[in-house]
Amino acid sequence: METAYLIETVIKIVAILLIFSALAGIGTYFERKVLAFMQRRLGPVYVGPFGLLQVAADGIKLFTKEDIVPTNVVGRIFKIAPVITAATAFMAAAAIPFLPSFTLFGYEVHPIVADINIGILYILGIMGVGLYGPLLAGMASANKFSLLSAARGAAVFISYEVITGLSLLAPIMMVGSLSLIDFNEYQAGGITDWIVWSQPVAFILFWIAAFAETGRTPFHLIANDHEIIDGFGTEYSGMRWGLFFIGEYANMFFISFVLALIFLGGYGDGSFLGALGLLVKAAFFFFFFLWTRAAWPDVRPDQLMWLCWKVLMPIAVINILVTAIVMM
Amino acid sequence: MHNEQIQEHFNNRNVTEADSNYFMVDIAPYPTDGWGKFKRVVKRSFRGELFVGLWVVLREMIRFNIHTVKYPEEKMPIGPRYRAVHEMKRLWESDTERCIGCGLCEKICISNCIRIDTKLDEDSRKEVTEYSINLGRCIFCGYCAEVCPELAITHGGEYENASDQREQFLIFQDMLTPLEKMKAGTQKEFEGFGAITPHEDERVKKTPLAY
Repeated sequence: METAYLIETVIKIVAILLIFSALAGIGTYFERKVLAFMQRRLGPVYVGPFGLLQVAADGIKLFTKEDIVPTNVVGRIFKIAPVITAATAFMAAAAIPFLPSFTLFGYEVHPIVADINIGILYILGIMGVGLYGPLLAGMASANKFSLLSAARGAAVFISYEVITGLSLLAPIMMVGSLSLIDFNEYQAGGITDWIVWSQPVAFILFWIAAFAETGRTPFHLIANDHEIIDGFGTEYSGMRWGLFFIGEYANMFFISFVLALIFLGGYGDGSFLGALGLLVKAAFFFFFFLWTRAAWPDVRPDQLMWLCWKVLMPIAVINILVTAIVMM
Repeated sequence: MHNEQIQEHFNNRNVTEADSNYFMVDIAPYPTDGWGKFKRVVKRSFRGELFVGLWVVLREMIRFNIHTVKYPEEKMPIGPRYRAVHEMKRLWESDTERCIGCGLCEKICISNCIRIDTKLDEDSRKEVTEYSINLGRCIFCGYCAEVCPELAITHGGEYENASDQREQFLIFQDMLTPLEKMKAGTQKEFEGFGAITPHEDERVKKTPLAY
């Protein structure tokens, strides 16, 4: 393997890790601010200008807090579970092109760690593995609420993997590739080429499933504060809990990028404006995650299952059939 | 509303009457068959209620009408009748304390938090030597202010009396209006329990001295 390629890849991995770990922190800041403004509050204001250093304060607190492993938990699994959540979230980022390729000091940089030809499959698979974080944490915690959360988590993830897979199948049939870069090239012609116009149903379905995959508010029942405390995170403290948090927010960012890349044209023709467009689109999807948290109530677990298996899955299958018939 | 109308309104407890304010909430019958349930789902899904919710919170965000009171810097105004930590008022004419040491406040205090001790001074007038209120016991009921014949002990607006111990005593000198405040004429009369009602001057009658 070429040394330059190796160095480039390592640098890209480190950059993605650092940027998205930091973004996860800043994401919590934005979440608190946006939710506060929507509820006529101010949010954090005291630490630093506009409360910006609240992120640092939270980070210091999480890092220095005592790492408590309660008695009766299954120690090893309890300790490894948050790592699984954070690690799978970042592993999924390997196949996501965050920006179009650009030239830096005469060296062409592709802002994607590995342009593998099964990109989407890989992302979905790794995000599916992310299920083991909440599942193992909840089962190892020796806490009934955590166990409930683990059971819900397993049910929700497995059900909604079906929706993500089936809803993406139709766009994949149209593009004929699983690489996100190929998806981007397919839509490079401008707004009219965006897949969202030809596959609106798949877009909505994938968007709904994204909420379930990240466990955000309409489907926030994996860690539903008002009924099962913090779910799988109840027994965790300090940085182990922080890893769950980083994983959740990183997942939100990555799925926002995936939504923008697959359905909304990604970075378009690769110009500076296109790159900016991708960031704006991803930012909108991230904002929408926060927005719904302020506006919408949670559904019950049985309603969630009902929605998945009796409504969304038939629609997804019909969508695939219609796409196939039209393509023939 | 006029008094009689209010009286009538309160006396009329007949909920079955047509013109009463009670009415049955209009709840549509729940669907029992599959098709009815499906129709309900479609109706709820496409009526756009979710988007109404989204719009409401976004509107509030754009309006930026923040209701937060940044407490230590800003405080909500409190009413003049608010019953917080006690104050001891002075006479407007002579700046001397109003308290005559009658001890009624100690007597009426239902939580036994007031202690008063008096002696006769050189003019054979009663003088307060000891006066303390245990704020840890005080329930801020306002009886002391109500019973005070001289409008001397009243409640003030100072409600930040958190402390690191249960017993927190307030002594006479702390409660007394400072002299410089009297000089500036900024002593505020209490409008709550036991205070004279507005327009009291017009209603007061001269003491008949004829007999």
